[in-house]
Amino acid sequence: MTSRLIEAVGNPFSRYIESTGRLTWFLFAGIRQIPVFPFQFGKTMDQIWFIGTKSLFVILLTGLFTGMVLGLQGYYTLVTFGSEAALGGAVALSLIRELGPVLTAIMITARAGSAMAAEIGVMRMSEQIDALFTMQINPIRFLFTPRILAALVCFPLLTSFFDVVGIIGGFFSGSLLMGINETVYMDKVIQSVKFMDIWGGFIKSIVFSLIVVTICCYRGYFAHMNHQGQSGAKGVSLATTGAVVQSCIFILICDYIITSFLV
Amino acid sequence: MPQPFIEFKNVHKRFGNLEVLKGINLTIDKGTVTVVIGKSGSGKSVLLKHIVGLIREDEGDVLIQGKSLNRLSEKQAMQFKKNISYMFQDNALFDFLTAFENIALPLTETTRMTASQIQKKVHDRMAGLSIEGIDHKYPSELSGGMKKRVALARALVTDPELILFDEPTTGLDPVRKNDVHHMISEFQKQFGFTAVIVSHDIPDIFDLAQQIALLDDGKIVFKGTRQEIMACNHETACAFIRGREVLYDRSKT
Repeated sequence: MTSRLIEAVGNPFSRYIESTGRLTWFLFAGIRQIPVFPFQFGKTMDQIWFIGTKSLFVILLTGLFTGMVLGLQGYYTLVTFGSEAALGGAVALSLIRELGPVLTAIMITARAGSAMAAEIGVMRMSEQIDALFTMQINPIRFLFTPRILAALVCFPLLTSFFDVVGIIGGFFSGSLLMGINETVYMDKVIQSVKFMDIWGGFIKSIVFSLIVVTICCYRGYFAHMNHQGQSGAKGVSLATTGAVVQSCIFILICDYIITSFLV
Repeated sequence: MPQPFIEFKNVHKRFGNLEVLKGINLTIDKGTVTVVIGKSGSGKSVLLKHIVGLIREDEGDVLIQGKSLNRLSEKQAMQFKKNISYMFQDNALFDFLTAFENIALPLTETTRMTASQIQKKVHDRMAGLSIEGIDHKYPSELSGGMKKRVALARALVTDPELILFDEPTTGLDPVRKNDVHHMISEFQKQFGFTAVIVSHDIPDIFDLAQQIALLDDGKIVFKGTRQEIMACNHETACAFIRGREVLYDRSKT
């Protein structure tokens, strides 16, 4: 009885420890290849196109409507205290400090991260990763390193884009719909945002980029090693779902940890 | 007696509770074609993957020119592996690369050749395999036979010393199958590489082979030439190559 209990608790725990160790090794193996010549400029640009450019529309929509909702909710909350003039600052700070980095990371996870996990997972199942190995091509360098670089470039840029579009969204609902003076709104945005707020959002986006790209590529790369022993399409499906869920959870946990250091 | 190019010494491999290889002993000489036959799921691909280091043995040793693959320095292992090509059963072509890019990949990623040198070499191989004009096509746009040829061109483009073929003709019609056999044979004569071929194309594949090895129940139970296996003096080998007749005989008794 006791031994079964220990086994029931110990097995998932040891799997978790093993998986965390492999994930960390995977991240450092990818980072280690960044300065290795020849640089993978072409592949990195392809990934910037895939992660960054192709996510622009999704980020535009998410940012715009998030800002508009913040504008509406903020207005109705602030107006009860007679301080609706502070709406611009409230919208801008909420976006730049919290919602911008978090929602951008979650949206990129859904759009690009899931695709990365699925693509690399299919490559694993169809022996394409083994083929790289037999050709003396480092699969981690070939598949993971360009994605790390692309994510490091795209996440902060998309987060900034989300913030700007969100502030404009808040302007639409707060000023154009609810009637707050346009100059007051924009003035409060400029007055309330400090360099440290932007810096904090930037740090978060960098950390989130590493979380998303590492978890998604890792889950795809080891799609054949899931604890349910599934391979083929089922293995890829598990890898993709796991990548998205795990990335989102880690984003939220890390957001709290970073925020607690920044405030 | 010259040293064998590759030697399996009492190699064991287990996956969970299943022991796939139960003491493999096999030597492969340089410049020869060895064909490995055996029932589906008998571990032929596992055997092949030991040579290239995709799978490591649990017991025993794989020797490369007398040196254990596991005891080679990183540089020596890299040098050896650089001279190996592996043609996968399902081709393992990269979906996101065109036929040209697939064939050129080992050259673009692991050599310092210029773009024009790579282009020339790739086009030479494509011409040799009659797949000109498909440079810009993706694997999804190619027929099964074309994909095999692209995979074969990729295996040949680095001028390897050793090529491992994992069921190179699976899923091909008899004409294409004979084409691939002919191509392997021609290129082997032309370039003199060592080839290890896992195949079910019995007896056609025997025409290519200097050595035939039969893997059964995790062990090499027969090694010999085409003439020796066809003479049917070995009970298991004979039963295997005449699978249908054995079943027929069994049904009569």
